[in-house]
Amino acid sequence: MKAHLTRRYIFSASHRLHCDELTGEQNRAVYGKCNNPHGHGHNYALEVTVSGQVNPATGMVCNLLELDEAVRREVQDRFDHVNLNLCPEFKAAVPTTENLSEVIFQILQRTFCSAHLERVRLEETAMNSFEYCGS
Amino acid sequence: MPMVYLTRKCEFSASHYYHNPEFTEEENQRIFGKCANLNGHGHNYTLEVTVKGDVDPRTGFVVDLKELKEILNREVLDALDHRHLNKEVPEFATQIPTTENLAIAIWNRLESRMHIARLHRVRVYELPDLFVDFYGEP
Repeated sequence: MKAHLTRRYIFSASHRLHCDELTGEQNRAVYGKCNNPHGHGHNYALEVTVSGQVNPATGMVCNLLELDEAVRREVQDRFDHVNLNLCPEFKAAVPTTENLSEVIFQILQRTFCSAHLERVRLEETAMNSFEYCGS
Repeated sequence: MPMVYLTRKCEFSASHYYHNPEFTEEENQRIFGKCANLNGHGHNYTLEVTVKGDVDPRTGFVVDLKELKEILNREVLDALDHRHLNKEVPEFATQIPTTENLAIAIWNRLESRMHIARLHRVRVYELPDLFVDFYGEP
């Protein structure tokens, strides 16, 4: 039997949305307050969904401790309490939550192999959330 | 008619432990951690049951919620609420009552008796930050 397991994690980071190819005026028009020069921060809530056959011996899709460890090591240690604009992942991309979802999906797909990665869902605030399920 | 999905939410509280007698004690500890404590522990589970179907043009309903609630009470809550899953629920005499197996067991209990609508998804929250979805996939 195939089941989907979702685990939720929290991290906090700052960012500024700014595109070098746009003028200052265009950046302000596109990004609004998110373009303020010194940036701002969010408490991000990350939901990671994995899927797979339930192992009859353990009753599990994957070992939760392994998933927690992978997300802590690969996502939280990398992005918690940092300025996203200074991370190598955002050297050439604007750290919108869309792009962050995709980056996190790709990192986890590369580093967590104990189950199939179905989806990453990222809440930037309680009002905004973004999902990425791979290309 | 357009397909509409309806979700009903309910809560139950139960105790359980994770232990496979075919594993050594060390393996049980390593794989299941604190959940392997044979004295058990408990959770407040949240169950979301999603059914799907056409909207009945006369009633405007996908499903009669009173009937759905009765089925949930009878088939799921009466059997699981304030119970010890390992000791009192027959499915877990041989299976480990993980959230994955619990979602599958609830699906199986509902599907055979859900004559009023088509079951789409069973979602079981063990904690606010951990849930399992089962769609009846083999």
